[in-house]
Amino acid sequence: MHETAISLPVILPEVVLAAGTLALVLYGALRGERGSALVNEFAVGLLGLVFILMVARNRPMGVTFYGSFTDDAFTRFMSALALLGSLVTLLLSVEFMRQERIGGFEFPVLILISTLGMLMLISADDFIALYLGLELMSLALYVIAAYRRHDLRATEAGLKYFVLGALSSGMLLYGVSLIYGYSGSVAFSAVANAVHDHASIGVLFGLVFVLAGLAFKISAVPFHMWTPDVYEGAPTPVTTFFASAPKVAAMAVLVRVVITAFPGIAHDWRQILTFVSIASMVLGAFAAIGQRNFKRLMAYSSIGHMGYALVGLAAGTVEGAQSVAVYMAIYIVMTLGTFAAILSMRRNGRAVETMADLAGLARTDPTMAFFLATMMFSLAGVPPLAGFFAKFYVFAAAMKAGLYGLSVIGVLASCVAAYYYLRIVKLMYFDEPVAAFDRPGAVARIVLAVSALAIILFVFAPSPITNAAMAAAQSLF
Amino acid sequence: MNGSWILSGILALPLIGALFILLLPGDSESTKRNARWIALFATLLTFVLSLVAWGRFDAEQPGFQLVEEHDWFSHAILYKLGVDGISMPFVLLTTFIMPICIIASWAPIQTRVKAYMITFLVMETLMVGVFVALDLVLFYLFFEGGLIPMFIIIGIWGHGNRVYAAFKFFLYTFTGSVLMLLAIMAMYWFAGTTDITVLLKTSFPAKMQTWLWLGFFASFAVKMPMWPVHTWLPDAHVEAPTAGSVVLAAILLKMGGYGFIRFSLSMFPDASLYFAPLVFALSVIAIIYTSLVALAQESTKKLIAYSSVAHMGFVTMGIFAANTQGIQGAVYQMISHGLVSGALFLCTGVLYDRMHTYDIAAYGGLVQRMPLYALVFMVFTFANIGLPGTTGFIGEFLTLLGTFQINNWVAFLATFGTILSACYALYLYRRIVFGVIEKPSLMGMADLTSREVVTLLPLGLLTIFYGVHPQPIIDASAASIEQIISGFQHAVTATKSAGL
Repeated sequence: MHETAISLPVILPEVVLAAGTLALVLYGALRGERGSALVNEFAVGLLGLVFILMVARNRPMGVTFYGSFTDDAFTRFMSALALLGSLVTLLLSVEFMRQERIGGFEFPVLILISTLGMLMLISADDFIALYLGLELMSLALYVIAAYRRHDLRATEAGLKYFVLGALSSGMLLYGVSLIYGYSGSVAFSAVANAVHDHASIGVLFGLVFVLAGLAFKISAVPFHMWTPDVYEGAPTPVTTFFASAPKVAAMAVLVRVVITAFPGIAHDWRQILTFVSIASMVLGAFAAIGQRNFKRLMAYSSIGHMGYALVGLAAGTVEGAQSVAVYMAIYIVMTLGTFAAILSMRRNGRAVETMADLAGLARTDPTMAFFLATMMFSLAGVPPLAGFFAKFYVFAAAMKAGLYGLSVIGVLASCVAAYYYLRIVKLMYFDEPVAAFDRPGAVARIVLAVSALAIILFVFAPSPITNAAMAAAQSLF
Repeated sequence: MNGSWILSGILALPLIGALFILLLPGDSESTKRNARWIALFATLLTFVLSLVAWGRFDAEQPGFQLVEEHDWFSHAILYKLGVDGISMPFVLLTTFIMPICIIASWAPIQTRVKAYMITFLVMETLMVGVFVALDLVLFYLFFEGGLIPMFIIIGIWGHGNRVYAAFKFFLYTFTGSVLMLLAIMAMYWFAGTTDITVLLKTSFPAKMQTWLWLGFFASFAVKMPMWPVHTWLPDAHVEAPTAGSVVLAAILLKMGGYGFIRFSLSMFPDASLYFAPLVFALSVIAIIYTSLVALAQESTKKLIAYSSVAHMGFVTMGIFAANTQGIQGAVYQMISHGLVSGALFLCTGVLYDRMHTYDIAAYGGLVQRMPLYALVFMVFTFANIGLPGTTGFIGEFLTLLGTFQINNWVAFLATFGTILSACYALYLYRRIVFGVIEKPSLMGMADLTSREVVTLLPLGLLTIFYGVHPQPIIDASAASIEQIISGFQHAVTATKSAGL
């Protein structure tokens, strides 16, 4: 592809997002609290516009900023997912923020800034751009995690996330410097050429540090410690955000780094990813069993799901990259739907979040119970729901690459995990009802219904997603 | 008109019925009544359509018929349906049992009737799908998808320790099946397709066959269920509502046997030969051990559940004898068991609806009050024992005949199973039906209602009819079975000559 100093069509979505965000900051600062509702609406509109620009077919693909920013099918697929996550999070947050009286125009603006970071991260084609995108995303996330600043749990979560996140950023940067020192470049393609099929010890160390830094962002074991606390402590819309968009962005860049910068030493990073993947799947399955808090359960669930996505990446093939893209697409829909249900769990005007509160939901609110049960069966990977196909693709890729041990451990871990998803179904359907929830807001209901229907109907028309993911994967090789 | 829409129609009809029930408003008595009628109507219509499919089915021809094929997942995974002589009887069995289940749930199910009927209809689609799917992934989809409705049925409408039973059922079957999924993927990468008709012609390397066979075995052995992974079955049976037990015994268990014939034996002949002694050993243990366990049961339902495990032992034994009589007998035994065990669970349900207990000791001398029931129960008890003149005899006899040619010790030991089955079945019958009524609570027992007669009569008639005149079922599957056996022999001799 042709490399240019700057090509506006290629970076159009990012430019629009950045300009819009700055305008909203200005507007919010001038209007103060009175403007926050309008800022929220504009932010939603802005994200919608960027989403449309992102997936528009007639926008040319290309590489710009002298090769540090690339816009290819993979970028577009993953960016669209991240934008979807941010957009739905914003939609869901409006009502919650009003009910909990944590207003302020900063929240939507921070989400926008973080999203901008994600888009840069996903498009990054050298380590400097990667680091810039990652930090832009993370700095906004640190603030959002502690957004409810008078709440003890939220501030604890925010601080924990910040300290560990800063550590992981440091590791990442150190790894990048090692790679630069030993390969002489920061551009992914140049690193790939320099490393070829034999990595010097310095590059290997650098690779390990970079993988550790990225594993932190996708909360893969052993860098997962922050996840349960942040998920539980942060306000639920923030948790929704943490669970969806940043995970997609970090996973996307992880895929791009290992496949485009280190294609020759796949056997080296495959070992690391295999270990991380197995550890995440197993820990996600077993640690979730004892949980009582739904948000905490979802934290362990997401750790496990990142493990499954890494199974596909460990394969390191086109099918593997495709399977990760498919997995993240389905994962984000399931996550957004489930969190929409958690946001609907309010009783007497207060948010409740233990699983026992779901008891007998099938009697008090059959529709919500049905949709949430769909989510749970899908997260467990039971056919014919979409969650099954997500797992199907990653394990099929791993089987093709000959990773039999990883596959067997993975599917067995999914059986353990099925237990706790089923327990939620059991609570809703088999147990006697407790008091009914308050009538949930329209947005949460619609998000839950739409995502559940998408999960159910995926089996009838899978081709748009799988073909787009295939195109995305092929653009990496 | 090649009738290429019929199988899709059979899959779609129950779902359409479920959709209608979903649209019924409210939860009033009239809604419940409408839900029941719609469900009955949908299942009957499905049965009629499957009879039409049977009418178009040519038993002389060994291959797949009524085939439909559409692209599904990026040209790799197909939506492909079709039936042959082995799957056709199971499709008929499924669609035949379902209306009976709906009628049997008419009065006993009073809570959440709409959801109940929807769950049953969805399950019918999934069960028929297992037998007509001609793509491995599609097969897996139906095979595993059936877990969700059954989990719900046991968990919501079951009794006693229903949650435990539902979890045990789900997790056992799920764990067995995921290994099959990996085997399916390995087959896909080897053959480049999941089309069953192509895979049946593919010969896999011997070492690969071993692993694939084990993957499939993990799934089917749990589903069958074979000793020692049968322990979910008694729990699931005892806690499930009557119609749930009927579906479980009559249809779900048959998926394991069907899978063994269709996949393990046909696609991995070398591995099947290699592992046959293992299957024989497990089958003999199942037959003798679980028969003895059945003898010691104090609950009617549990006793019948264990007897199911024993009868399935004959099926696995017959399949891996891999000769005409063995497989023929296995298919026959499965159909027979579908009719007989279904009916036996209905018989226990009749008692449960009146007394609300499965405890054998709570009954006795029922012949005084329920002569008709005593007669019906007797017919099915004899069929369960395998008395000549009932379907049970033909299945057991053929499987034993087939096994005897391969390994006469296995056949010899398995014969004890028929003796033991007489012991536990007659013992059960004596304790419930004969004697004088000693318990005052039993004095008010009423005989079969007309609705119960409607459920039991067709099963009884078929049990005796096919017991005296087995030819129709044997003819229907003969051509397809011949094809499987010739393929099996061919593959085995080819491997042997290559080894020499």
